[in-house]
Amino acid sequence: MSAPATIDFRSKVFRYGSFFFTGLTGAATYLILAILAVILVNVVLHGWPGLSWRFVSTIPKKDIFDPATTGILPMIVGTSIRVILMTNFVVPVGVITAVYLTEYAPNTSWLTQIIRAAVNNLAGVPSVVFGLFGLGFFINFVGKNLDWVLHNGQKAWGQPSLIWASLTLAVMTLPVVIVATEEALKAVPPGLREASLALGATKLETILKIVLPQALPGILTGGILAVSRAAGEVAPILFTGVAYYMSSLPTHLTDQFMDLGYHVFVLSTQSPNIDRTQPILYATVLVLLILTFALNIVAILIRSNMRRKMRSLH
Amino acid sequence: MGIQRGHQAHPVEWLAEKGIFLISLTAILMVFLIFAFVTREAVPLLLGQMNSAARQAVIPAADMDKTPPEQLRAYLGLTSDQFAAMDHDTKQLLMEAKVDAGKEASDDKDAAVNTTGWRYLFEPYQWTGYDRPAYIWQPVSTIKKYNLVPLIVGSIKATLVALLFAVPLSLGAAIYVSQLARPRVKEVIKPTIELLSGIPSVVVGFFALIVMATVLQRLLGYESRLNAFVAGIALGFAIIPVVFSIAEDSLTSVPRSYTQAALALGASRWQAAWQVVLPAAIPGVFAAVVLGFGRAMGETMIVLLASGNASILSWNLLDSARTITATIAAEMGEVVEGGAHYRILFLIGAMLFVVTFFSNMLAALVMDRLKKRLEGKT
Repeated sequence: MSAPATIDFRSKVFRYGSFFFTGLTGAATYLILAILAVILVNVVLHGWPGLSWRFVSTIPKKDIFDPATTGILPMIVGTSIRVILMTNFVVPVGVITAVYLTEYAPNTSWLTQIIRAAVNNLAGVPSVVFGLFGLGFFINFVGKNLDWVLHNGQKAWGQPSLIWASLTLAVMTLPVVIVATEEALKAVPPGLREASLALGATKLETILKIVLPQALPGILTGGILAVSRAAGEVAPILFTGVAYYMSSLPTHLTDQFMDLGYHVFVLSTQSPNIDRTQPILYATVLVLLILTFALNIVAILIRSNMRRKMRSLH
Repeated sequence: MGIQRGHQAHPVEWLAEKGIFLISLTAILMVFLIFAFVTREAVPLLLGQMNSAARQAVIPAADMDKTPPEQLRAYLGLTSDQFAAMDHDTKQLLMEAKVDAGKEASDDKDAAVNTTGWRYLFEPYQWTGYDRPAYIWQPVSTIKKYNLVPLIVGSIKATLVALLFAVPLSLGAAIYVSQLARPRVKEVIKPTIELLSGIPSVVVGFFALIVMATVLQRLLGYESRLNAFVAGIALGFAIIPVVFSIAEDSLTSVPRSYTQAALALGASRWQAAWQVVLPAAIPGVFAAVVLGFGRAMGETMIVLLASGNASILSWNLLDSARTITATIAAEMGEVVEGGAHYRILFLIGAMLFVVTFFSNMLAALVMDRLKKRLEGKT
């Protein structure tokens, strides 16, 4: 190409070039959408026939690979419990951090910058490293020391279990909750805060009674996104609590549990006869996708609704 | 001063504020703890205290009571908890087992090598039976070989494929969505692409293993069904949402006045996007690629399912490959706690943490400066 000064933007080459490249970027966009669609359609088409009430409500006896008798009740229960436990840990901490960052923190202070950098970094730590962290910190450090204090060294807490898996996931999803809550808090019009303060409310009262209720949908979004992310994660729970097979449902915080995502992994790699187990594999994937994806869509709907409201307020 | 301020006026308020502040430090604490406790398990390895040689100096079982407890503990390879919990007879049995194992250890010259030394971790070594020095990861064998190079190469291979596949696609889509598409189209497409990140990675891995591997092999006709290429493409699916949203975000943050000026000068929408907006936002694109790199290096379940997991050193994309993350995930369940293999897995975990930590920091820094610059110009 010659020097920029001699380019005639109105030449035919450029007109067609523009048309061509616009098409190309459009094609890239639709290719990504197509990938998404192919994965979803593939899973739904193959998974739907294998899905039945018996399948989702059965506790498998010994042979988890037998399509006729196996079920995924313990996996659904395990995944749900660990996610609910996690929510209890992560939402309070995440919301309070976001409140500090938006309502209290001096924006230019170095400490605020470090908190933001830490949140940002936490979001990028590989999931398998969270697994190692759970093993090294929660189980080998916290758990073992608890055992010394409470059980005189007998193993109860110092081994993989529900509680440690949930805590590990809570650390992993902390940034999700913080970022979503922060966005929601920022969307609350400053006028509301000022009005409340002008009427004599303290800052804490303003936050508790005016700001947080206004931001509730956004906080909800954060919680849902965290749940959806955590429900599908397998790597962090590999060494912190998941079990290959259990004959009964977990009843205690120190029990191990079965898990949907891990079960997908097991069915994909350990099956003695992949053709025979394919239907139950697809059905399990479909259940996992329904769980994570439905939650994601709900979160997106709440969020876009919130953004629309925010635009009309400002 | 007559007006009461701070904690004197509202003690509860004051306490709550301090509490909120303390809790908000959790994120910092967690990043610190992750680094500290993942590294902690690898420390004996870093200090050269581990000995993984197949043949070791044997202490006769009769000498047990003469040996200092700390030396005995290290000799038996126990943690202090285990050592304290064990009675005298059990230790005696362990000692005898050690003596027997010492007798049985092979006469191989490599049996005396402590394979956890740095040079065995990173440099090629000519093991018995090999005709030249080689990089070997073989943690489960008589002579335990822990060379990390095959795993690092495996991770880099899969990551490169992922970036080559995902970056052009995501960048194209980001340009289209932020610059060329009509607002109504944009409002639908953007969240839909971000939905891709809502698919759990184990599901993407499953899809790559069951469907994609077969289809790609039929199309391209290569030999091993699972390889770095298949895993890389699947990894690409996982990083598309990340690269797309950062790139789209930075393109959108370029002031509208740039585009308007270009259009007023007679440029087409495409020219404005390509020659004006994109150059202004190029640091953001860089940040997106760096972040995508970090994600791809750290992704576990996809590569575990789709890469084939053979730990051979090869730059061929169509060979089966094994990555750092997949190695940790696959082998952690079978290692002896506190053993050399266990510590090496933590070591590569810590390495991974450091790599992603710095790529995250770099990306955040670049994005921050870009935003400041663009806002300054508005």
